[in-house]
Amino acid sequence: MSFLSEAFWVLLLGSLLGLELIGKVPPTLHTPLMSGANAISGITMIAALTLIIKAGDNLPLLVMGSVSLGFALFNVVGGFLVTDRMLAMFSRKPTRK
Amino acid sequence: MNFSEILKFSIDLLAVFLLALGIKGLSKVRSAREANRLAAIAMTLAAVGVFVESLGEAGIPFNSWLWILVGSILGTFLGAVVAKRVAMTSMPETVALFNGCGGMSSLLVALAVAIFPLSSSDGSLKIDLVEKISIVISVFVGSITFTGSIVAMAKLQGWLPTPAWMQSKVRHFINIGLGVVSLVSISSLLSGSDSGLLLLVISSALLGVGVTLPIGGADMPVVISLLNSYSGVAAAAAGFVVGSQLLIVAGAMVGAAGLILTQVMCNGMNRSLVSVLFGGALGSTDSTGLSASGEYLNITSCSVEECALTLEAAERVVIVPGYGLAVAQAQHTLREVTRALEGNGVDVTYAIHPVAGRMPGHMNVLLAEADVPYEQLKEMDVANPDFPATDVVLVLGANDVVNPQAKNDPSSPLYGMPVLDVQEARTVFVIKRGMSAGYSGIKNDLFDLSNTSMVFGDAKKILGELLVELKELGISGKN
Repeated sequence: MSFLSEAFWVLLLGSLLGLELIGKVPPTLHTPLMSGANAISGITMIAALTLIIKAGDNLPLLVMGSVSLGFALFNVVGGFLVTDRMLAMFSRKPTRK
Repeated sequence: MNFSEILKFSIDLLAVFLLALGIKGLSKVRSAREANRLAAIAMTLAAVGVFVESLGEAGIPFNSWLWILVGSILGTFLGAVVAKRVAMTSMPETVALFNGCGGMSSLLVALAVAIFPLSSSDGSLKIDLVEKISIVISVFVGSITFTGSIVAMAKLQGWLPTPAWMQSKVRHFINIGLGVVSLVSISSLLSGSDSGLLLLVISSALLGVGVTLPIGGADMPVVISLLNSYSGVAAAAAGFVVGSQLLIVAGAMVGAAGLILTQVMCNGMNRSLVSVLFGGALGSTDSTGLSASGEYLNITSCSVEECALTLEAAERVVIVPGYGLAVAQAQHTLREVTRALEGNGVDVTYAIHPVAGRMPGHMNVLLAEADVPYEQLKEMDVANPDFPATDVVLVLGANDVVNPQAKNDPSSPLYGMPVLDVQEARTVFVIKRGMSAGYSGIKNDLFDLSNTSMVFGDAKKILGELLVELKELGISGKN
């Protein structure tokens, strides 16, 4: 039961942290922030990796895990790169405010 | 705890710390780019942590390496290609696509565990109740996120029209029905039957379609942001399934932060989340009554030549770019026009409404892409006091965000929405394809004012002609 009770604390504190992290966002950054947060939500790649490693010789499980990993990494890699592309446009000029 | 466990634990802690810093930094212009990299590093660390732990335990079999390689090479390659190739104007649908794939990933993990239970630490194959609940949540939210995001993408791309019956009240009954079917299959799954799994996947996938399909194009960013929050929830649920605290924290953070961002976006559009989700297109219920009273009486239309002459004589020009400019992809042509004007000594600034473009902040990205200096972009609160001292305002494909009704007419559905007070300027040119109403379906009183002239045509084409006219007047941006 210890993992479970810990897990719920983690869930609670993580949610509270998430609520606090984004306070006042300038409208300029809404799109990049959304895209960046979206990339982070691809963290399920961890679950997919764990799945593949624990799958042993179970071929269907290996394939499902692999497809899942592919989807997650598509989200993560694409998300971060696209966010960087957007933000690069802002930082090329000296920015104020 | 042995060495590899301690190492893995430290890596996870560091990853979570960096992720939190990353999300925080992304909300400030100055630190945003570094923050994005920080988050990417954190994700890499998180993956390293998994390998460290497994190598310390039983090692990783060859088969697993193989499938890890296949999945990661394909995912990384396709993600990189899409991210590099996609046009800045189609950013909203790209985010939707990425997001849907994240949801799909959570869904697949949960399905895999449901079909092939992982052996738990005591060697039994039994799935306990909490694990079942997490699987169910992950499947439910994951499928909604996937189909919802894909529908959002298709609608933004214009691949998918909204069927008329989806605009009517019928859709509420259909969606409630799908919700009930999902609940039934969830309860049968929790009570120990496996037969509900397929039903749950299908009903929640359809629910994602049913909820997203009726939502109008301009509201779509809010929906994508909400779906993004959902994919965080799905990730946290997947964390419970595979027993990863890192996944739970990260998922919870993204879920909560996404919710806040959704709220912020709604505030900028003066819409409540409930009306976005359940209201369908704004004004769809009584828009007929509105348009009947919305006759235009005093429309002045003018030629590109007149517009060019007025611009040539102006000292202060403010550009108000909107959705139409983004759709016409006219930001580069616009930049050439403003270069020419600047060369002529005209003071040019851009007034950016918080929801200009195809999603909040999107217009800033597009103008930055066209090399517009950041200092020339004025936010609404800064731009509004300056309109009375402005000679010419060019409204490019914006409509509702410059409607004076929002300030003057308490009976208007737009009343209370923050708008740009362009009518205060000496002359207003509205470049627009036709007299069709904006997204709200409401008449724009601005067009009737005596200092407003309409220039009809596609934004990109008109701007091109304007550039030619300006050149004939001896104005070009060569210097």
